[in-house]
Amino acid sequence: MLSLFALESVSEVSTVVQDANWFLEHAWIIPLLPAISFVLILFFGKRLPKKGAEIGITAVAVSFLLAVVTGWAWLDHRDNVVFDGGHSESVVVDDGHGSDDGYGTDDGHSGDATADEEHAIVVDDGTTNGDDRVSLAVAAAETGGKTEAHPYVAVQQTTQWFQSGGVEFGAGILVDGLSVMMLFVVTLISLLVHIYSTDYVGGDRRYTHFFAFLSLFTASMLFFVLSDNILQMIVGWELVGVCSFALIGHWWEEKPNSDAALKAFITNRVGDVGLLVGMITLFFAAGGGTTFDTVSINEQVVQGNVSHTALVVAAAALTAAVMSKSGQFILHTWLPDAMAGPTPVSALIHAATMVVAGIFMVARLYPVFFEGMSIGGSSINLLSTVGAVTLVGAGLLAFVQDDIKKVLAYSTVSQLGYMAMALGVGAWTAAVFHLFTHAFFKANLFLGSGSVAHAVHSFDMKKDMGGMKKYMPRTFWTFLIGSVALAGLPPLAGFWSKDEILVGTGGWGLFGGTGGNGAYTFHLSMGMIGAALTAAYMTRCMYLTFFGEWRGGHGHDDHGHDSHDAHDAHGHHGEPHESGPRILVPLYVLSGFSILVGLVNLPPGLFSGSAKSPASWQERFLHYMEPAGSSYFPAVAHGTPSWSLAIVSTAIAVLGIGMAFWYYFVRVDRLSKQTGQSLTGLPNGLTSRNRLAKAGHTLLVNKYYLDHLYTGIIAGFTKGRLARAAYWVNQNVLDRTVNVAGETAVRAGRVVYERIDQGVVDGLVNSAGRVSDSTGQELRKINSGQVQNYAALMFAGAAVLAGAFIILFAL
Amino acid sequence: MLLNQFLLLAAALFCIGVYGVLVRRSAMLVLMSIELILNAVNINLVAFGALTDDVGGSVFALFTIAVAAAEVGIGLAIVLLMYRNRRSIDLAQVDLLKG
Repeated sequence: MLSLFALESVSEVSTVVQDANWFLEHAWIIPLLPAISFVLILFFGKRLPKKGAEIGITAVAVSFLLAVVTGWAWLDHRDNVVFDGGHSESVVVDDGHGSDDGYGTDDGHSGDATADEEHAIVVDDGTTNGDDRVSLAVAAAETGGKTEAHPYVAVQQTTQWFQSGGVEFGAGILVDGLSVMMLFVVTLISLLVHIYSTDYVGGDRRYTHFFAFLSLFTASMLFFVLSDNILQMIVGWELVGVCSFALIGHWWEEKPNSDAALKAFITNRVGDVGLLVGMITLFFAAGGGTTFDTVSINEQVVQGNVSHTALVVAAAALTAAVMSKSGQFILHTWLPDAMAGPTPVSALIHAATMVVAGIFMVARLYPVFFEGMSIGGSSINLLSTVGAVTLVGAGLLAFVQDDIKKVLAYSTVSQLGYMAMALGVGAWTAAVFHLFTHAFFKANLFLGSGSVAHAVHSFDMKKDMGGMKKYMPRTFWTFLIGSVALAGLPPLAGFWSKDEILVGTGGWGLFGGTGGNGAYTFHLSMGMIGAALTAAYMTRCMYLTFFGEWRGGHGHDDHGHDSHDAHDAHGHHGEPHESGPRILVPLYVLSGFSILVGLVNLPPGLFSGSAKSPASWQERFLHYMEPAGSSYFPAVAHGTPSWSLAIVSTAIAVLGIGMAFWYYFVRVDRLSKQTGQSLTGLPNGLTSRNRLAKAGHTLLVNKYYLDHLYTGIIAGFTKGRLARAAYWVNQNVLDRTVNVAGETAVRAGRVVYERIDQGVVDGLVNSAGRVSDSTGQELRKINSGQVQNYAALMFAGAAVLAGAFIILFAL
Repeated sequence: MLLNQFLLLAAALFCIGVYGVLVRRSAMLVLMSIELILNAVNINLVAFGALTDDVGGSVFALFTIAVAAAEVGIGLAIVLLMYRNRRSIDLAQVDLLKG
């Protein structure tokens, strides 16, 4: 055990510094503000004119501004990591025989380091870094021009939380590209969701409570992404889980909602066990049982000081955590049910931020997965396969949903599958980039669906929607942009990130291939299928929602929990109409991002030779986000973008759109016009004719029977046979033992009573009583009641004392 | 000045007082005897104070006189109540505390 976990000291450059721009050092303010806002809203929210929403919006808006400034500071920091003059001592080389804490926390060391200390300073010295990473950085320098060759240096600030048994439990922030990106995404989407919510949940009975939890959620997520140690990550991870629970169950008066909240929470607990096992394994195997620090754990793994067995265990356990939090098969079942919460919550938590916590955790501890899963040079592993299966499985499920939010929920599951798969195949940047772009267009889609639902008082596409294009043109256009971005058509955001993932699989063999970490052909094909499915189900969703004739307009308030969303003060019952500005503006903003954010990571060589597009536009995201060349990141290989792959994947997406378009826009539309029936009245097509198709449809409608497995079989078995067996054991084994023990105890007790209690104890007590009694009988004679007798006794006593005094001291 | 004379006087007074306290049956006389005991103490205090040329002795005597006045106030009140209740101030008859 000990030898397994014995560590060598760190002897390489640790690319983490403490001194940096003020905003980078003080990034902890960003999560602090919403946390304060949470407390303020809870205590004072209800007394304020806007019922607490103004506090939440202000706090998140300030956090957002700070996140933007921090982002700028990071861009500057990334490009100018060699500080002027004597400041370059921030990067310290430990001298091999020194302690193994030669990174961030070792401030005094780095601060005192001067040029004449032999081991003091290495900045951008290619020979000390890993050769691959340096060559990569240098290559970047060649393509990018000016200051590209600087190593990637993260900023860490740690303070001691508490100390126990020699282990320091730190609390701190780790600011690098990944966390800065997350800060930006979380605060931006949270701000938009806050603004949106003031209209959407306006008039709700727990309006203030809702905003309080939005604030707490934002704070938790920001806390999580800034964590500099794995213990803090667990805390943040659980905090977002709790907030998710509270917000899903926001309308807990109705049973399905509170059930959904419980399901989300309990399913997440299953994965949390994996998280704990993984983190504890890492703590002992890579942290040496002394540190939780993310950077040092990663460094130990990168340098190969950690046993492979331990890494396999940790990576597998952490994959279980990802499966629950990020909704991967087979623990994804909570996510569609979580749509019971208010739509802004779905957008914020179940699309853009919380569910990516799992992806973020993998990205943060990437060396563990890279080494543990042997990602480099392989062609299959647990994480990538889970992702690939999720990607296609959830994509198929999205086809049979009538609830617009559930379509988007399964779409989210599917896209998270993309991200997990990308991480599994070693395409770190692609995964993080997809996380980034997906956050915008999925939040856009969710908020758009909420806008529609707000107008028709329902989420049911088949029963209450259709033809919404006519009534809500603005929502329609934003939703269309989100859909196209999700479907992955160029040049919208989703295309770039999806294409990068497909490139990263390394499975493309035509025209020279793409390179990458291994030949993940299976995953490439799953990614392709997923692209077609995504495009097709979004086309279906667009048709059912926005085209055809409006099928609603009959009895609004009989749609279960949906009526909550219809909390309109003005209670219109006529035709649906466009939402107000507080709903539309967030949609515009998110649409803008959905169009543009893909451009931040243009693949290299796209515009080669064109004077109008300098090379420094290429791979900006990769340059600023990926810690390549830093001490805590593995040497991942990058695929080369391929025109042929991009064309084929786009063609496949177009094919998916085309097939769905033909089915819905042409065939169903014609049928419904011919028969004069609305969509729900049409006879079933393929599924009623072909037995295989019908079976597939049934399987999908029943969500692969996973819920049956969990509640019917696992829970049912536990409640039924297992419980009966346990009852038998209880009655015949446990009870008998207990009874025998009881009888023995009674017998022993009787003996003790007769012999010991009555004989010894009572005898003692009685005799003590008798002695007191007889003594008292004698002494009562003195108690004559005559005052003068007492006085005489007192004087006599005084005389005796005086005599004694004289004898003792005078003689 | 001979200290002994004062001490002897005080001792005599004290003994008379103690005698009175122990044998007199009238509560009034017991109270008066207590005054004698206290005054015996006062004489001692003043005598020693004069001997050591310390005014503290006299001060303490004054305190004792004040305390004695208070004590007599309470004592007389008790005696008065005793008389009202029993039409007698004979201490021998007051033996409710007899064990």
